[in-house]
Amino acid sequence: MKKPFAITLDPGSSLANHTGSWRTERPVYVDRLPPCNHACPAGEDIQGWLYHAEGGDYRRAWEALVKHNPFPAIMGRVCYHPCEDACNRGKLDEAVGIHAVERFLGDLAIRRGWLPGKPAGPGAKRVLVVGSGPSGLSCAYHLRLMGHGVVIVDSAKAAGGMMRYGIPKYRLPRDVLDAEISRIESMGVEFRLNSRIDDIMAAMAGFDAAFLAVGAHLARRTDIPAGDASRILDAVCLLHDMEDGPPPMLGRRVVVYGGGNTALDVARTAKRLGALESLIVYRRTKEQMPAHESELNEALQEGILFKWLSTVKAMDEGGVTVEKMVLDETGFPQPTGEFEKMEADSLVLALGQESELGLLKNVPDLEIENGTVKVNSSMMTSHPGIFAGGDMVPSDRTVTSAVGHGKKAAKNIDAWLRNETYIAPEKHEIAGFDKMNTWYYSDAPRTVQPELDIARRGSTFDEVVGGLTGKNALFEARRCLSCGNCFECDNCFGVCPDNAVIKLGPGLRFAFDYDYCKGCGLCAAECPCGAIKMVPESI
Amino acid sequence: MPLQPIKFYQTGTFTVGNRLLDESQRTVQANMRRTNSLNSGHRACQGCGEALGARYALDAAMQATKNRLIAANATGCLEVFSTPYPETSWQIPWMHSLFGNAASVATGIAAALKVKGKQDVRVIAQGGDGGTTDIGFACLSGMFERNDDVLYICYDNEAYMNTGVQRSSATPPAARTATTPAAGAHPGNSFGTGKNVPLIAMAHRIPFVATASVANLHDLEAKVNKAMTIHGARYIHIHVPCPLGWGSHPSDTLKVARLAVESGLFPLFEAEHGEITASLRLRKKAPVEAYLKLQRRFSHLFGEKPDRDTIAMIQAIADRNIEKFGLESP
Ligand SMILES: Cc1cc2nc3c(=O)[nH]c(=O)nc-3n(C[C@H](O)[C@H](O)[C@H](O)COP(=O)(O)OP(=O)(O)OC[C@H]3O[C@@H](n4cnc5c(N)ncnc54)[C@H](O)[C@@H]3O)c2cc1C
Ligand SMILES: Cc1ncc(C[n+]2csc(CCOP(=O)(O)OP(=O)(O)O)c2C)c(N)n1
Ligand code: SF4
Ligand code: SF4
Ligand code: SF4
Ligand SMILES: [Mg+2]
Repeated sequence: MKKPFAITLDPGSSLANHTGSWRTERPVYVDRLPPCNHACPAGEDIQGWLYHAEGGDYRRAWEALVKHNPFPAIMGRVCYHPCEDACNRGKLDEAVGIHAVERFLGDLAIRRGWLPGKPAGPGAKRVLVVGSGPSGLSCAYHLRLMGHGVVIVDSAKAAGGMMRYGIPKYRLPRDVLDAEISRIESMGVEFRLNSRIDDIMAAMAGFDAAFLAVGAHLARRTDIPAGDASRILDAVCLLHDMEDGPPPMLGRRVVVYGGGNTALDVARTAKRLGALESLIVYRRTKEQMPAHESELNEALQEGILFKWLSTVKAMDEGGVTVEKMVLDETGFPQPTGEFEKMEADSLVLALGQESELGLLKNVPDLEIENGTVKVNSSMMTSHPGIFAGGDMVPSDRTVTSAVGHGKKAAKNIDAWLRNETYIAPEKHEIAGFDKMNTWYYSDAPRTVQPELDIARRGSTFDEVVGGLTGKNALFEARRCLSCGNCFECDNCFGVCPDNAVIKLGPGLRFAFDYDYCKGCGLCAAECPCGAIKMVPESI
Repeated sequence: MPLQPIKFYQTGTFTVGNRLLDESQRTVQANMRRTNSLNSGHRACQGCGEALGARYALDAAMQATKNRLIAANATGCLEVFSTPYPETSWQIPWMHSLFGNAASVATGIAAALKVKGKQDVRVIAQGGDGGTTDIGFACLSGMFERNDDVLYICYDNEAYMNTGVQRSSATPPAARTATTPAAGAHPGNSFGTGKNVPLIAMAHRIPFVATASVANLHDLEAKVNKAMTIHGARYIHIHVPCPLGWGSHPSDTLKVARLAVESGLFPLFEAEHGEITASLRLRKKAPVEAYLKLQRRFSHLFGEKPDRDTIAMIQAIADRNIEKFGLESP
C-alpha cells in the first residue's frame, strides 16, 4: 500500500500496548461478609435475601431466607434483631428494618402457601429430636431437607415450645406460629406430642442420633415469706396457662417481680386480663434492665408501672413489702433497710428459668455446668451421638439462637451419621463501614411499622405491631447498602479510565481485563459497597 | 440538568448504572455497547481524570449523534498519550494539528462538511486548559464569535501537564506548579490572576455553555446530550483531576473531583445565550480544606503550621461561588 508522505508504518491500535504491566496492585472482586449476616445468631444470609427483595422477587428472597431459617414470619416478630444493631446503614441514617422485611416475606409465603425445596430422597438414618421448640424444629427441618428421617417428641399438647407457651399472642399470633410449624410437618417430619421422654438412653432405641432441645421451663424461685391468703405465681406457669389451662386469676392489682422480657410479657398479659394496675418491681435501674428496649417502650405506652431499685421482701393479704435498694460504686444494688408496703392481689415471679434435665439421668458421661449441658463446637454433648441446643445449653436464650443451634446441629449430625466431621466454610472478611463509599447512597428514612391503638391493646390480645405493605417492604429492602456484595451498580465499569472492567451482563457481574488494568484503584475506591479489593501484585 | 426524581432508594441515580434502574435512566457508560471512543492501551497515568473525562464526553456525543462525529484535538496529554505513532486509541474519526488551533481546525471541518452537505456529521474540538484558556484562546474566541457549529470541550486539569506541570491561566491560586514553586512569602500561584473561560464564553452569547465534572457522570452526559441537540458554537468545561500534577493518589481522582464540586470551588452550571439557566445544588457540602488536603500541590498550606490565612482566602472563593451560582438555594 502506498503510504502518505513521511509515513512509514501502518496505523495500529493502542490495544497492542498492554498497560497491565504497569501495575503494582491488582483489583479483585470479593464477597465480604455483611455485618448483619455476621451478627445473626441464626446465620441468615440477610444481604443475600434482601438482594432478591430489592428486585421485587419476593419468592426468591423467601427461598434464600428459608435456606437458613424456616421461620421468617415468626422471626420477623419475636427476634430481637441484633442484625439491625450491626447494620452499616445505622451509621448513615437508620438501620435497615430487616425484621420488618423478613416478616413481610414470611407472611406473604403463608398467604401464598409457598413450600421450601423438596427434601432429598429418604435416607436410611433416623434422628430423634426431643422438644418441639424453635431449636428442635429448626434441627428437624434441616435434617429433613438433607433427607434424614426425623421424629420430634414433645410432652406438650402442641408444638412450638416457648414460642407457644411463653411468648404471648399479641406478639406472636398463633395462626402464624401454626402455619410455619405445619410447613415442617408437611415436609414429612413426624410429630409425637403429649409424650414425655424420661430416659433418653431408652428412647434412643431405633434411632441413629438424637438432638435434645428441651429448653428451660422450671421457674427460678426465691424465698418470699407469704401469708396464707397471698397469691404467688410463676411467670412461666401463668403464660403456659394462657395457652391451655384455666384463665389465671390475678385480681385487680398485680405485682410482677423481675426485669427481663418475661416480666414485661406477664405484666402486659395481666393488663389484658383486666388488672387495673400492673406493676413491675426490679432491683436495679431502668438502664440496667435486660429487657429489650422496644418492648419496654411498648409496655410503658400500655400503662405498665415500674418500681426501680426495689426487691420484694414479703407478701400477705394486704399486699407486698418491698425494700429500697441503692447502687454501690460497682453498679450493684445494695439493700437500704427502708421498706415500703404496696397493695397487691397477686405477685408473679419472673426471675428466670432453669432446664429440667431428668431425661439425661442414665447418660453415663455427660457434662453439666451451671444447670446447662455442655456441648462442643459441633453441638454434640460428651456422649457420642447425642447433640443438644437451645436454652438447655449455654447460650443467650433467644428464639434466634435456638434456631441457629438447630441448624448447626443438623449439619453436624448429618456429617456424624456419615462418619465425617462437618467443616464450616471459612468466613469472609467483614464489610465494615470503612470499606464502603457511602457517597452513592441516596437518603432514605426508615419505614415505620404501624402499631395497634393503645386503647385496643388494653383489652385484647390482638397483635400490637403491624406488618409492612408490599410497597413499603420494597422501599425498606432497597435501603440495604448491599455491604460487601456487588449489586451491579456499574460504577467499576464506568469509572475505569482504561476500560479494563468487563461487564458480563445482567446477573453475571463483572471481570477485570488485567492486560490493560494499570492498578490505579479507582474502581475499588468508587465501589459503593466494598466488593473490590486491591491486592499487591507478586513480581 | 438531569432532574430525575428519585423513584427508588439504595443509590438513586448517583451510580453509573444499577440493575434496578430503568435503562433510560442509566448512563451511556453503563451500556455494554458504549463506543469506548478512547480505547484501552493508552499511555495516560494511573487514575487519569482526563482520559476518563474524554471517554465520558465522547461516548455520550457518539450516542447522541448516532456515531456521526469527528473530533479535532489540541496538543496536550490527551493527544500525546492516545496517539504515539503509529498507534491510536481513538475509535472515532480524530484529527490533531497544533497546540493552539483546535478550534480553527474544527471550524474548518464543520465548513467542509457544510459544503459537502453532510450536516448530520457533528464536530467536536477538544483540548487541555493550556490549549484552551491560553494559547488557543484567540482561535476559540473567533469560533464563538462566528457561532461556528462546533462543540468545544476543555479538559481542565489546571496546568500544562504534558510538558511537566507549568502554570496556566486556569491554575488555581496557591497551587504549586513547576513555574509557581512553593517558595517565598506567597508560595504557589498568585491570587488575583487567571481567568474564567466559561464566563468569557458566556460573554460571547453563544447558544450553550456548561461546566461539568468527572465526579458527576449523569450531569456530564446530560450536558453533552443537550449540546448535541443545538447547532452553533457550544462550550463545555470539564474538571479533570491529574494525579501526577496535583500530587493526589490515583485512586482518589473521583474523590478529589467530587470535593472540588461539593466545596463550591468548581461550580456546576449551564447557560444559554449568555444567561445562567441552571446550577447543581451541593449534596454534601465540604470545606475547601477537605479538597486541598488530598493534593500535594497544596501541601505547603498544611503541615506543622497550617497557613490559615491562605486557606481562608480559598474558602472565601468557594463561598463566593456558592452565593453567586446559587449552589445552596433550595
Ligand atoms: C415469656 C417469654 C418470652 C420470650 N420472648 C422471646 C422473644 O420475644 N424473642 C426471643 O428470641 N426469645 C424469647 N424468649 C426466649 C425463647 O422463647 C427461648 O429462648 C426459646 O424458645 C428456646 O428454644 P428451645 O427450643 O431451646 O426450647 P423451648 O422453646 O423451651 O422448647 C422446649 C420444648 O421441649 C419440650 N420438652 C421439655 N422436656 C421434655 C421432655 N422431657 N420430653 C419431651 N419434651 C420435652 C417442651 O415441652 C418444649 O416444647 C422468651 C421466653 C419467654 C419465657
Ligand atoms: C506552540 C507550542 N508550544 C508549546 C508546545 C509544548 N506543549 C505541548 S503540550 C503542552 C501543554 C499542554 O497543556 P494543556 O493544554 O493544559 O493540556 P494537558 O497536557 O494539561 O492535558 C505544551 C506546552 C507545543 N506543542 N506547541
Ligand atoms: S445495609 Fe444491608 S447488607 Fe449492610 S448491614 Fe444493613 S442490612 Fe446488612
Ligand atoms: S479502575 Fe481500571 S485501571 Fe484502575 S484498578 Fe480498576 S480496573 Fe485497574
Ligand atoms: S462498583 Fe458496583 S458494579 Fe462494581 S463491584 Fe461494586 S457494586 Fe458491583
Ligand atoms: Mg492542562
